[in-house]
Amino acid sequence: MGVAKYIKDERGAIKEVTYQSGIKVKPAYGPEDLENKGFEYEKDLGAPGEYPFTRSIHPESYRSRAWTTRQYTGFGTPQETNERFKLMIKNGQNGLNVAFDLPTQMGYDSDHPLAQGEVGRVGMAIDSLKDFETAFAGIPLDKIGSGLTINGVATIMMAMYQATAEKFGYAKDKISTTPQNDILKEMIGRGAWIFPVEHGVRLVGDSIEYAVKELPRSNPVSICGYHIRESGATPAQEIAYAFAIAKAYIDNVMERDIDPSDFVGRFSFNFNVYGNMWEQIAKFRAARKLWARMLKEEYGVTDKKKLFLRGLFGGGGSGLTKEQPENNIMRGAYYALGAALSGAQTTALCSFDEAYTIPTPRSALLSLRTLEMLMDEVGLRDTVDPLAGSYFIETITLEMEEKIIEEMKEVEKWGGMVKSISNGFIQRKVSRQAYEFEKGMQAGVYKKVGVTPGGQRDQADGEDDTQKTDVELHEYNEDWAIKSKANLEELRRTRNDKKVKDSLAALEKAAKGSDNVMPHLVKCCHSYATVGEMAGVFRDVFGEWKEPEFY
Amino acid sequence: METKNKIRVLIAKPGLDGHDKGAKIVCLALRDAGFEVIYSGLHQSLDQIIRTATQEAVDVIGLSIMSGAHLPISEKLIAMMNKNGLGDIKLTVGGVIPNRDIPTLKEMGVAQVFPGGTSFDKITTGMKLLFK
Repeated sequence: MGVAKYIKDERGAIKEVTYQSGIKVKPAYGPEDLENKGFEYEKDLGAPGEYPFTRSIHPESYRSRAWTTRQYTGFGTPQETNERFKLMIKNGQNGLNVAFDLPTQMGYDSDHPLAQGEVGRVGMAIDSLKDFETAFAGIPLDKIGSGLTINGVATIMMAMYQATAEKFGYAKDKISTTPQNDILKEMIGRGAWIFPVEHGVRLVGDSIEYAVKELPRSNPVSICGYHIRESGATPAQEIAYAFAIAKAYIDNVMERDIDPSDFVGRFSFNFNVYGNMWEQIAKFRAARKLWARMLKEEYGVTDKKKLFLRGLFGGGGSGLTKEQPENNIMRGAYYALGAALSGAQTTALCSFDEAYTIPTPRSALLSLRTLEMLMDEVGLRDTVDPLAGSYFIETITLEMEEKIIEEMKEVEKWGGMVKSISNGFIQRKVSRQAYEFEKGMQAGVYKKVGVTPGGQRDQADGEDDTQKTDVELHEYNEDWAIKSKANLEELRRTRNDKKVKDSLAALEKAAKGSDNVMPHLVKCCHSYATVGEMAGVFRDVFGEWKEPEFY
Repeated sequence: METKNKIRVLIAKPGLDGHDKGAKIVCLALRDAGFEVIYSGLHQSLDQIIRTATQEAVDVIGLSIMSGAHLPISEKLIAMMNKNGLGDIKLTVGGVIPNRDIPTLKEMGVAQVFPGGTSFDKITTGMKLLFK
């Protein structure tokens, strides 16, 4: 997915190139292209580390510090996950990116009927603080930051992280966590939403407000264009929709009489890297500039550091193919190169076997090594934004900026992001694009190596690429569910019930009123209330979202 | 008059997995191929799927499962279909399905399996073939 559209003549020469975002690419670029676009060095580019940060948010970028690598990790019980965390850290990874199983993401305990068959499957199973204590045992939480890939109950996991750190003796102002916590994007793609839109946004607002006051090193929200793109959005829409979502959260927190300057510096982003490399590079450069400009001009933010577009640029899942899985090793390396040429501050790379299942240790380490090669061997640390000044790159960066603005205007025309999601406009637009693109893939309009030699990609029945190549599959283990349930039973028997009840009652009161739920959640976690109990309080008070059923 | 003979399909997302791009684009492909398509929406319990299939009098239930839980989910749904007198409804399964699980699914009674990457053409033809 994600490849450009090429129109060729009968000899195979390229006649027309169109990127997914709608940018048409010429055979060659020169100074006249920049002139036509009205390119001005100070306004459009500037020095690295200077407004508008097109080149970099830092004056020396990778020269001063290589990117942070955060492979998405987690499966089975907290014990298994802890071992994998330690393996990745021992091998040089310097941040964590935690995967939770679906019951945890949806606020159900491991013994809930809906959790059946899912416990520990796509991430680790967390029921209570006990599990976090196991998962993070022996990890220096004052040195290693953790991304928590959870949204519907991100507030609960953020509270749980703080409670764990406190139990281990780390002060809350020393720890750094980035819960994903982007509920609006879940409603566009990925689908791990629980509560109705307005309550979901309120919880995001609560966590931002709380982090501003209590968790100075944490980033309470990571807005994910990533999954929106995976769902079928173009690169321009990926950025535009993420920024429109950011505005919805900013508005919610501003309603609490908090100045944007006090919190926008804590926003983090998660963007995708697959597809045409030049288009990705233009996307990131335009995004850094637009974010800074939007905060400065629309929200009056002046402090330079608060204008930075920070985040994880990486992944690339939708670009990987199930066919000939080993090709994904090379494909991923090129995506990572694109991320490095874009100045990704933090990165991760999907592993070559992820079209089948979650990665094995071998494939996860291959991804990590790929990222290291770019920094240590190939020369990506040598100089900041090496493509700056290229007639081509600067022209398409300006064109990408125009495309992103166009897409943002459409959302505004629809009444903003909350409204566009509530009535399903965005979801409908994105899924229809995904359909059209997939049709094009199958018709051979878009080329994918190893998939569309002549437009046909069906394999003969019974043929299995995992057997042809040596893809080992990560195995799901039924024992994880049994272990999790046993631990949960033990917990329910041994904890102080009164403390649990009291803390949950206080949480309910806060949820019903307008008090920030976060301090109450921290207390609930310390009392060993379960994720299902805390989310249950929210379910009772807020109800569940009814999605507009468009396809 | 054509509509009388249209195959009615319920595309359903069972369980907690929220990755619905595949389900949605298959809905569109089936619609364009002349099927009548009902989409369940996300996070459906198997009870809800059975209820919708009954109320909508569908000919096929197409499950979309990306989490890896296709074996336990399919097994349970088939048992429930039989118990509820829906044994004549065909069941198909799509999503992240390793090829090695296909024979197991078929033995259970799944009529067709469409792993990720199956072409629209193969899905629509495969579904039509179930009624030949």
